[in-house]
Amino acid sequence: MRRIKFIVRKEFLQFSRNKPMLAVIFIAPLLQLLLLSYVATFDIKDIDLVIIDQDHSPSSRELIQRFDISENFRIVKISMNQDDGIEAIDRNKAKMAIHLPQNMGRDLTHESSAAIGIQVDAVDGFTANIARQYAMGIIQKHNRQLQPVMEQASSSQSQTIGVEVARWYNPDLNYKAYMVPGILIMLVTSIGAFLTSMNIVREQEIGTIEQINVTPIRKSEFIIGKLLPFWIMAIIVFSLGLVAAWLLFDIPFVGSLWTIYALALGFLLLVIGAGLLVSTISNTQQQALFSMWFIFVIFVLLSGLFTPIDSMPGWAQYIALLNPVTWFIDMMRRVMLTGTGFSDIAVSYFVLLGLAAAIIALAVARFRKVSG
Amino acid sequence: MRAFMGFIRKEFYHIFRDRRTMAILFLMPLLQLILFGYAIRNELNEADVAILDHSKDSVTRNITDKLLSSGHFKLAADLEQESEIGQAFQQGVARNVIVFEPLFEQKLRSDGQADIQIITDASDPMMAQMLEGYTTSIIQNYQQTELEESGSLAAGITPEVRMLYNPELRSSNMFVPGLIAFILMLVCAFMTSITLSREKETGTMEVLLASPLRPMQIIIGKVLPYLALSLINIISVLIVATVLFDVPFRGSYGLFFGLSVLFIMTALALGVRISVTAKDQQTAMMMSLGSLLFPTVFLSGFIFPIENMPAILQYISHAVPAKWYLISLRGIMLKGVGIEYLWMETLILFGMMVFLILVSIRSFKIRLE
Repeated sequence: MRRIKFIVRKEFLQFSRNKPMLAVIFIAPLLQLLLLSYVATFDIKDIDLVIIDQDHSPSSRELIQRFDISENFRIVKISMNQDDGIEAIDRNKAKMAIHLPQNMGRDLTHESSAAIGIQVDAVDGFTANIARQYAMGIIQKHNRQLQPVMEQASSSQSQTIGVEVARWYNPDLNYKAYMVPGILIMLVTSIGAFLTSMNIVREQEIGTIEQINVTPIRKSEFIIGKLLPFWIMAIIVFSLGLVAAWLLFDIPFVGSLWTIYALALGFLLLVIGAGLLVSTISNTQQQALFSMWFIFVIFVLLSGLFTPIDSMPGWAQYIALLNPVTWFIDMMRRVMLTGTGFSDIAVSYFVLLGLAAAIIALAVARFRKVSG
Repeated sequence: MRAFMGFIRKEFYHIFRDRRTMAILFLMPLLQLILFGYAIRNELNEADVAILDHSKDSVTRNITDKLLSSGHFKLAADLEQESEIGQAFQQGVARNVIVFEPLFEQKLRSDGQADIQIITDASDPMMAQMLEGYTTSIIQNYQQTELEESGSLAAGITPEVRMLYNPELRSSNMFVPGLIAFILMLVCAFMTSITLSREKETGTMEVLLASPLRPMQIIIGKVLPYLALSLINIISVLIVATVLFDVPFRGSYGLFFGLSVLFIMTALALGVRISVTAKDQQTAMMMSLGSLLFPTVFLSGFIFPIENMPAILQYISHAVPAKWYLISLRGIMLKGVGIEYLWMETLILFGMMVFLILVSIRSFKIRLE
């Protein structure tokens, strides 16, 4: 026990003397949290739009007006030349081009219907799909106003299917509530995992491990001594981030703080254990860094943090289900946002703890007190 | 000059003899591209949908068939009443419920108007948006094709929508170019920043500095192997992208390689710049993580469209080299545009490269503290 204390004290001393590193560890995650929470959104506003108006009739102006006042679109150019649409899309100046052909107004009054062309830059399929939906919505609304007038003009009976959209639980599409818990976890994980993965191998590389090897410290004591400081540090970073999230982004913290911390403590144990394991297997810091990097990116990107798991192909969904980060993000979102109690997640939580214990045991087993 | 050649040879040996690093440098990019190319997607396939059909007539059944046969949806539950919607969401049965109003067909025929409600579980906002988008477009499609055939097309404006360059809305077309930029940035900048600071940490830098090599030569010698490696990586990721993921390549290969070399040089210069400041590998790693990795993932338009961000972040994104490279890549690969459309991006990348190389050479110190 006393030996662990010494190792812990040594690690803390080492930290506190490396001032630039300290700043990076504590300030960088906060800055990133702030930044990324604004970045991580698919809430699409102000789609850049080019309108090619070859009609110049009251009805074309009316339609343009509708797009103009919509907060989903921003008209960057109104032109008469049909090629300007594709040109703007190719130059990345616009995402969508609407072509109002000559005689649109006349067709509307005489034949009660008119065709217009819409071109969407679909390189980003997700945004394109939503842009299309917004445009269709505006046109549908426009048609509804036109219809009574036009039905009098034409004798035929027309039929429309009205589509109405309702978003439950999160009507304003607030991405922050959804993303911030995940981003926070990602940042804390990156700090904890990368620092630990380089830690033991660093002592090996610069030779200070020899001094440890000649002390009577046990392997398990050494690993625990290395684990504790990082664990404490990660928890501090996590708490800072939690406070920042609560102060800056109106995130509804419905769940109990105890549950949130119980989850975070367990998960960080796993992360730091994994970092130490990588560190004991690697020969150089460079190797450790890259192995950790590889693991980290896979676990984060396959966790459903940024892109939905449902969109993945079947086999990738299975990988995602085996990924502890997936569970953790899911549990965290549920606890933070919907107030799920501890009893509902107890099973997966204890599996997580078991996994952490196994990984730490593996790290102890892999650690050698002989250099060479 | 002979000393320089010897130094370069040493650097190559250094990398080639370390099997694990070699594997990381060559296999990791490919593996990541393959894995993420498949896994990072935001398109809809077989999403669980629940249907609450108050009407159950031929039109509503027709629309339901259209939705389910599109490949985007899978029927998870047939609901009987409104109260079951909340239940379906909470139990995770479905994220999307489609409600047909009572007497749908009758209303459509007599009043000329019948309503469908799309209810989504927006606690996952991204999924909700996708579900909305796909459902509405299928219904609109039905309206235009089926109703037109029966001669009862709605009065008013009918839009003909063309999805350019990626009509099937495949997200791999969007993400694979992003992954290429991401992987190149990683291999080049990350690796160089670590190698140079490693020489400092292990003390071998002293030997290099005491040698007759000039600082310029040291930097070039250090960076050259990575440039060579990256060129090989470009070719291999391009093959994977086009063969495995069917990402179209519509533009010019010359422009693609030219821009890629510009981007790689920029990334290498960034790596050198970081290693000059960092005194050990750990610091270099943390700096790379903060100043390269996160901006490349988040501020380049790789996953999150830049247009959705607040104005100030859009300005910051201008400083991220990967953003310009990514715009060019998507332009070349998907839109097939040439230099006449991409000259600005090319110039910006070129400017960044020159600036960073100058800065990193100037700041390279020939004395150790």
